[in-house]
This record gives sequence, structure tokens and C-alpha cells, in this order.
Amino acid sequence: MSNLYFIIPELFISLSVMALLVLGVFKNNSSKIIFYFSCLIILVSLAINLNINITQTIFLFNNSYLVDQLSLFIKSIILISAFFVMFCSYNYVIVNNILKIEYPILILCSLLGMLVMISSNDLIVFYIGLELQSLALYVLASFNRDNILSSESGLKYFVLSALSSGLLLYGCSLIYGFSNSTNFNEISQNFNFEYGVIFGMVFVIVGLAFKISAVPFHMWAPDVYQGSPTSVTVLFAILPKIAALTVFIKFLYGPFINLFEEWQAIIIFLSVASMILGAVAAIGQKNLKRLIAYSSISHMGYALAGLTTGTNQGIQSSIIYLIIYLIMNLAFFSCLFMLKRKDKFYENIEDLSGLSKKHPILALSFLIILFSLAGIPPLAGFFAKFYVFMAVIQKEMYFLAIVGLLATVIAAFYYLRVIKIIYFDPEQEKFDTSMSLGLKLTLILSTSAILMYFLNPNFLNKYITNILVI
Amino acid sequence: MFDISIGHYLTLGAVIFTIGVVGIFLNRKNVIVILMSIELILLAVNINLVSFSIFLNDLSGQIFTLFILTVAAAEAAIGLAIIVVYYRNSGTIRVEEIDKLKG
Repeated sequence: MSNLYFIIPELFISLSVMALLVLGVFKNNSSKIIFYFSCLIILVSLAINLNINITQTIFLFNNSYLVDQLSLFIKSIILISAFFVMFCSYNYVIVNNILKIEYPILILCSLLGMLVMISSNDLIVFYIGLELQSLALYVLASFNRDNILSSESGLKYFVLSALSSGLLLYGCSLIYGFSNSTNFNEISQNFNFEYGVIFGMVFVIVGLAFKISAVPFHMWAPDVYQGSPTSVTVLFAILPKIAALTVFIKFLYGPFINLFEEWQAIIIFLSVASMILGAVAAIGQKNLKRLIAYSSISHMGYALAGLTTGTNQGIQSSIIYLIIYLIMNLAFFSCLFMLKRKDKFYENIEDLSGLSKKHPILALSFLIILFSLAGIPPLAGFFAKFYVFMAVIQKEMYFLAIVGLLATVIAAFYYLRVIKIIYFDPEQEKFDTSMSLGLKLTLILSTSAILMYFLNPNFLNKYITNILVI
Repeated sequence: MFDISIGHYLTLGAVIFTIGVVGIFLNRKNVIVILMSIELILLAVNINLVSFSIFLNDLSGQIFTLFILTVAAAEAAIGLAIIVVYYRNSGTIRVEEIDKLKG
């Protein structure tokens, strides 16, 4: 029974998913109620998760599941951001008529998958969590089923993600075979045949790189971001990335820690390629969702750069980067949800032209968010990059730092171009001004977090400094 | 005759895996073929796991296989459903014509 105490958040979500399904079947027109209930469920599981106090790493169920500081912290982050994602997209799902009972339930399922994935300490448990997350996300991507773009993005995501799961599984099978166990603790201890494990490790890294859309496995991201409904895009941009990057940390510094020399080169390559391609390919984009897809590719490059260091400081800087990245994305997408005119949402860059004349406050928040994404001090995005580069430079990896800085400069071009369009281009018809409370609140909270972060960085950093992975 | 060692099983797995991966990228005709290729990849993994499990005298590989079989079934169901939805919208499932999203 003592085992169960530590997985109450997961148990709670899975039981409530079943209860919500029953409710949805027996009560007609219950989609709104289920939406509210799922927001509530996320908050309750967040509260439960915050209440779990541990002093040391706890292994459950024959070492196949683990609860430590890192997993508890990331779980809280994921639950908070899931709540805000649902909170700010409520208007969008109502207007676009995609609020069916399955929609919030699928989000809860993918959340459950992420929580399991983050806490897993065994290849089998990890695989089940990963698939639970991806299967729910396939359906969510194609949720707007009368729209050809949405179904196409679902199809593309399905094919490429299933391929990546296959690669990852092949890697898992090799690791199992050559290290004689599926348990992470035991894998790191017994290498019967090192080349087999290295081979498997490469496959696993490729599969995970697909999930965080690191170059050269990024080709699905722009299409899926553009095609799927915006309320799902914001989910894609935030939750799976946090979960997959945490799993990266767990894999690299858990079972593969003895292969540091080997994987460091791979991660540096992924990081450099993502930073450069994300910065260069975004320049010609016309769609804001495509733009943010390329921007998230390059941000993932920076987050990976922190992981190459092999120090606690590097890992902590990556986690801070992820958190600031998610706040910036939340803010950006809340702005995107506000571009509505007569029940139609706009998502092209040209639709922003002259926004500052009629919507000065929205334009100002766009300005703050884009400057922060570009990494201009004193906004939060600058500090995120600063910490990563500090960690990288302390390990004397100057090449990585220089490439990263150059990519930042290139990336600044397209962010500044959007700002120029907002402030100096001819103005257009006014957008609707009546917004839901949740949307406004999300935008205000996230933008002020970006703006105020430099006043007291310790407010966030104090939670991260006690995460010690090595 | 010669004994069948683990190397033979692994080679079989690797060959089937390669056929699956190549099938996804070379296929220009039909999305259903992609689904079949994905199934091939998962089956290659299963061959690997079962043969490892027998040669290592360890049961967890076979348990892993059962999980993979279950998930593969769910994945195929969802994939087919998405293909049906796409076909209703566009009237085709030829891979070359899935190109509405680009930029």
C-alpha cells in the first residue's frame, strides 16, 4: 500500500478519466461540464502532487517506477501548464466547435502518459507511458475532423511518430538484449557487449529527438503545428516537449551515464543543427504557427545544449530554459487566440499588420513576448539563454556557445520583422475585443512573468537548484 | 546442419526492420502501405525481444512483447481511423497528394 501513496496523482487522473467517460456517455450535451471537470481534475492532481514530500529517491514496484525531486518538479510544471493550456483555449474550442466530450478526456490521457513516462525507471513502463501520450496526441492533432488541414496534420504526425516509436523500440530491444535487463539501474551496471548498447542508445536518442523535434528529425513539426487546431498546437508546443526533454535527462544521466563520451557528440550535433536550422528556416514563413514551430525547434536546440555539459549546472539551466520557454509559448498562443474577428481566428503574419494602432496593449504584449523569444535583456528569454551559455562555457565548449550566439542573432531577424509589421505596417480592421477571462488572465500572468523575471530570478531558480541528477 | 544462434534471429529482425523503414520512405502510392511498414517495424522488434528473452533465460522480454502487441493493435486502429477521416475530406489517400500543408 505504501507504494500507492506516491502515485496518487496518476491514479487520480486515470480513475477520473474513466468516470468522465461514463459521465459523457450517460449525460447528453455534457461536453462543457466535462471540460470544467477536467480543469478541476488537473488542479486537484497538482495539489496532490505538491503535497508529496520526499527526502530521498523512492523506487516503487520492483524498481520499475521512481519518484524523485526531478520527476515531482516536472510533474507539477506539466500539470500547471496543462491547466493554463486548457484555460486559455476555452473560447477557441467553443467557437470552432471542437469541444466534444472526447477532447478534454484525450488531453487528460496524454497527461497521464507524460506523468508515467517521467517517473518510469524501466523500459516497459517508459514505453507504455510514451505510447499513451502519443496515441492521445494523434487523435488530438486530427480533432477538427471536417477540416482537411487538421486531418492531414494528424496523418503526418501519426506516420512520423509511429516510425519514431518503432526506432525507439528497436533501440530498447537491443539495450535489453545486450545489458540483460529492462531496468534503468541495472542497464547502467551491466554491459555485456558495449557496442550493442551503443547501437541501441543511438536508436533511443533518435526516437526521443523525434518527440522534441530536434533537427534532423523535425520535419513533422511545422506541418503539424500549422494544420492542427490552435488549441492543440499550444499543447504540442509545450507539454510533450517538457516530458520528452525530461526523459532525455533521465536516459542520458541514468542508464547511459557510462557512455557519456559517446552520446555527448550526438547531442552536440542535434543541438547545433536545431539551433541553426530553426533560425534560418523560420525567415521565410508567413504563418505564425509555422513560425513558432521553427522557433520551438531552435529553442529545443538551446535546451539540449545544456544537457551536453554533464554537470548539474547544465541540467538545471536546461530545466530553467524549458520553463521559460513554456511561459513564452503560453503567452504567444494567448495572443494568437485573441486575433479573432467574427468567429474566425487569424494566424498569418500579415493579419498582424498595424495591430498597434487599434490594440495597443495586445501589440505591447506581442512586443514583449517576441523580444523575449529573441533573447533580448532584461526579459526572461535572455536569462534562459544566459544560464545555458554559462554552463556550456564553464565546460569550455566554446564552439557550441559561439554557434548558439550566432543562431540567436539570425533568429532575432524574424522576430523583429514581426514587430516591424505590428508597429509600422498599414492598419487593418479591428479584431473582436471581448475575450474570456481565462485568456486574459493567462496572457497577463505569463507576460508579467516574462517581464518581471529579472527582478528576482531566485523566485524560480530556488526550486531548481535542489534538483541534483548526478 | 548448423545450429540457429542468436545472430540469425537478430539478422532476421534487422532485415525486417530495414524493410519496414525503407517501405515508409520509398512508398509513393498508398498510406495503407505505410501502416503495414509500421507493423513490420514493430514485428521486427518483437522477434528481437523474444529471441533475446530465450537466449538470456529472462522472461521480461516476452512480457515486453505482449505489451508491444497490444499497443500496436491500438496504434493500427487509430491510424486507420485517421486515414478514414482524411479520405472523407480529400477523397484520396495517395501519398504524393498529401501536400496541402507546406511552406
